[in-house]
Amino acid sequence: MNKGTVAFVGRRLLQLVPVVLAIATLNFVLIKMAPGDAADILAGQMGHATLEFTQELRREFGLDLPLAEQFLVYIRRLATLDLGVSVIQQQPVLDLILDRLPATLLLMVTAIGVAIASGVSLGVVAARRQGGWVDNVISVVALLVYATPAFWLGLMLIVFFSIQLDLLPSGGMMRIGVDQSPFALALDVAHHLVLPALTLGLFYAAIYARLMRASMLEVYGQDFITTARAKGLPERAVAWSHAARNALLPVVTLAGMQLGHLLGGSILIETVFAWPGLGRLVFDALQQRDLNLLLGILFVSSVVVVLANLLVDLLYGMLDPRITHK
Amino acid sequence: MSRARAFWRRYRNNRTAVGGAVVLVAVVLLAIAGPWAYTVDPFDMVGRPAELPSGEHLFGTDVAGRDVLAGILHGGRVSLLIGVMASLAASVFGLAMGAVAGFYGGRIDDLIMRTTEFFLTIPSFVLAVVLVAIFSPTVTNITIAIAVVSWPSVARLARAEFIAQRDRDYVLGCRAIGMPDWEIITLQILPNAAPPLIVVSSLMVATAILTESGLSFLGLGDPNQVSWGYMIGVARTVLRTSWWMAAIPGVMILVTVLAINLVGEGLNDALNPRLRTR
Repeated sequence: MNKGTVAFVGRRLLQLVPVVLAIATLNFVLIKMAPGDAADILAGQMGHATLEFTQELRREFGLDLPLAEQFLVYIRRLATLDLGVSVIQQQPVLDLILDRLPATLLLMVTAIGVAIASGVSLGVVAARRQGGWVDNVISVVALLVYATPAFWLGLMLIVFFSIQLDLLPSGGMMRIGVDQSPFALALDVAHHLVLPALTLGLFYAAIYARLMRASMLEVYGQDFITTARAKGLPERAVAWSHAARNALLPVVTLAGMQLGHLLGGSILIETVFAWPGLGRLVFDALQQRDLNLLLGILFVSSVVVVLANLLVDLLYGMLDPRITHK
Repeated sequence: MSRARAFWRRYRNNRTAVGGAVVLVAVVLLAIAGPWAYTVDPFDMVGRPAELPSGEHLFGTDVAGRDVLAGILHGGRVSLLIGVMASLAASVFGLAMGAVAGFYGGRIDDLIMRTTEFFLTIPSFVLAVVLVAIFSPTVTNITIAIAVVSWPSVARLARAEFIAQRDRDYVLGCRAIGMPDWEIITLQILPNAAPPLIVVSSLMVATAILTESGLSFLGLGDPNQVSWGYMIGVARTVLRTSWWMAAIPGVMILVTVLAINLVGEGLNDALNPRLRTR
């Protein structure tokens, strides 16, 4: 890492502060807009929701303070990574979330990997055979997948691969109650990961295939491609090492912009496949009306997306040497 | 009229777009007239649970013995209504934001664009889930939640269009004769900036329908209304024995969203003929 890059990362990290503050503010506004506050809910659950008792709780939580003061308290707590306690699960919200985050990240990273690898390859293949039947098939399939609700696609894949063919597990992350060596465990998780990652990734693969195709066709019109061909390079080399590398940039940009969308999608897919990540936590929180936990998830997932965007920007600089982090 | 005719001639050339329009019209007609012609209540228990499709119940019955066809017809109303209204609300709001940002520039532009970027960054589906969970799942609240997470893309596009237009000669001319800003924005620039915005808004209906189906699949649908996503969620429990029960509403979503996407692309080609390169 050179000096410019270090300065760039430092500056970007500083820019995160207002974004995180904005997320916190949004969260605070949502808490305040929700009907009934923590005191109401807790008093209701303890079974004696008298006015006095609720007021007592409100004083205890500082809910009787002026709004501005409550906001400052809220921000101060967030600054120490205190997201409050899930009243229903009797655990700190942050612990619950951090417990589930790795599973979600594993699913997201695998899905986006699948999406970019297959989308880019299909896009290149379609562009090389523009107008031919391969191109048409790829375009039609991409259109269909793009219009399919991913959670429903997941269910149909379960019907086919788990129920009919009995090839892949229909849910969960690993076999339960089996003592496994690390290698066997990794293999087991990978086996469970196939369907959810495929389900989540296919939608994006469809988008990237279309984008890559269009981007390739644009690059094909440029002079350096003519030069490469005039040099007598084989067409395969022209396509993959000259055109594709340049055509890749819009795909990476879009993938970076879609991280938030991807996280939302993974919530649905996790519900379908009983994948033990944030999505399951959202589902449980919804069932139990655990708003504090839901808001905590919104906060943490937003921060995760912002951090991931930073990573994508760095990656972008590596792919395109013309970009320097001044 | 000649403009409309020229538009139609260009649209007609795109056969898949015409096909999409035909399918879309059919779906809309089914949703409007279907529940009126086929009077079975989607919440009524009319048979044994999980009956296979038959002459009596064309699409079979669901886990609670309710008629699936009735659910499909009524659910179509809800999905289309929420999709169109959410997209409309998001477009109007996004357009207003983008127009002001692009036309005036400066600080107000900065403020609006920072807000837009912020909403584009945070996971929109998670935000929609939280909004609906907090404000209770009614058709209105679901529509608002989807609109809240959808407007930023319109705002960004509208801003770009307004920036491209604001220094053109005709705008300078309008300013010179002392036309008020709101009139320049709505009557002069907007018609020129509209085509790409129409395309994005129409495509947004498809996204909104997908979002709505996801929400109701999670149990965040209006409890008094059947919707396609809700039907899939219900059928999920009997996937092993009656997979078709989940398949039918999913196919309806797929067909509707596909038709809207094809129409959107057709509009794009017909409205922006010069951009049509590939």
